Amino acid sequence: MKCFNKKPKKKIIFIMMLVISVFSLTGCSFKEFSDKFNDNFIKEQRYKYILDGLGNTFIITILAGLIGVFLGFILAVIRVTHDKKGSLKILNLVAKLYLTIIRGTPVMVQLMIIYYVIFASVNINKVLVAVIAFGLNSAAYVAEIIRSGIMSIDVGQFEAGHSLGLKYSTVMISIILPQALKNVLPALANEFITLLKETSISGYIGLSDLTRGGMIIRSITYEALFPLLLVAVIYLVLVVGLSSLVSKLERSLKKNER
Amino acid sequence: MKDNVIIHTEHLNKSYGKEVVLEDINIDIKKGEVIAVIGPSGCGKSTFIRTLNLLEKPTGGKIFFDDICITDKKTDIYDVLPKMGMVFQQFNLFNNMTIEKNITFAPIKHNLMSEEEAKAKAAELLERVGLSDKGNAYPSQLSGGQKQRVAIARALAMNPDIILFDEPTSALDPEMVNEVLNIMKELARGGMTMVIVTHEIGFAREVASRVLFIDDKGIKEDGTPKEVLDNPKSERLKSFLDSVL
Repeated sequence: MKCFNKKPKKKIIFIMMLVISVFSLTGCSFKEFSDKFNDNFIKEQRYKYILDGLGNTFIITILAGLIGVFLGFILAVIRVTHDKKGSLKILNLVAKLYLTIIRGTPVMVQLMIIYYVIFASVNINKVLVAVIAFGLNSAAYVAEIIRSGIMSIDVGQFEAGHSLGLKYSTVMISIILPQALKNVLPALANEFITLLKETSISGYIGLSDLTRGGMIIRSITYEALFPLLLVAVIYLVLVVGLSSLVSKLERSLKKNER
Repeated sequence: MKDNVIIHTEHLNKSYGKEVVLEDINIDIKKGEVIAVIGPSGCGKSTFIRTLNLLEKPTGGKIFFDDICITDKKTDIYDVLPKMGMVFQQFNLFNNMTIEKNITFAPIKHNLMSEEEAKAKAAELLERVGLSDKGNAYPSQLSGGQKQRVAIARALAMNPDIILFDEPTSALDPEMVNEVLNIMKELARGGMTMVIVTHEIGFAREVASRVLFIDDKGIKEDGTPKEVLDNPKSERLKSFLDSVL
């Protein structure tokens, strides 16, 4: 991705290439293209399926991301504290079990279990179910990312803190975590991007996310290519945009310290 | 404190699993002493100094600091540790903080000083180690020698009763060794109690008031630099001195 954000010129070329390749994928003349575009998206305000879906995708991704970071953070600190100090034995066992189960099963299965089993008898907002499912799933991956970040910090930083009489929690919060988070920021952002794409399975519990919006249009117009292509392009633009934001952030962090 | 003893160990033992590193260490460290700890690599001298401030938990025996038994589980070691500074081989400055913050962070956390007092103290210490202009720099912008001087300033900011030096010049380029040693000499002249694990025999002879030779899990010789360095009793120490000089 990096090569696309260095110079604005390259960005423009990239977008033009994208437009041309999308157009050529449809394999029709300009007239046909505009007819089909009209039929799929404009007529009866069908674009609303896409927009509403996009809204849900955003909500799910952002809230699940927040849950993931918050819970992942706690899991990571539990695991590291146990490894470094030998305390929190039971919590560590719970965390380990959690990570094994979540990372060892497909997110789609987790989503369906949460919807069809855990919340089976409750009338609950589907978006909320998706937020919980993806949040819990993401937490496991975030936990491992943050843990690897903490483990990558030289043990000397802990020792220096100890030698100054600083408590473990102070050292962790003020010295270790800021450095660890900075190191894993790209990995965390990648996890967020993965999460955004993974929410596309929300349709399996009948939730109208971006992907399902496209599928609804397809079921109306019996035309798969246009709606799905638009859905794909929207995901792509979001991911490329997020990636370039992350690399900007990375660069400014580097400037600040090193 | 009897006879100005600041650190006192009784039958101190340290082992990693089955491997015994230190065995039955009994020593009194008095106020104002500058102790050089020498010995072949892997003899346990770093482990010795690191057990004194509990970076390594002793597997047996007791350590007293100011007559407080710090190996006792009931003792709050966070009351005692601020009085024991430490300078590491790898400097271990906090990479996410400016030089000034590195120095002021712990004193402020311990409520030893207000933020203004801590900043004034940091400025004074930075001037003392010749780095007045580096307060806003980050550790990564400094050379090894400069980092180590900051590390010493950071230890001094706590107004410690003793500073432990764990091979403070071993990770430095040769031309930077002296800038660090000079500051340590100045500290010694100022009456600071210091325990220094070092390979710089010349420095030990010049600055130390007492030299410990650690070998084979214990303190094998203990005396003034003259006694230990110039008139070694054991063959081991003789051959060690021959090999490093």
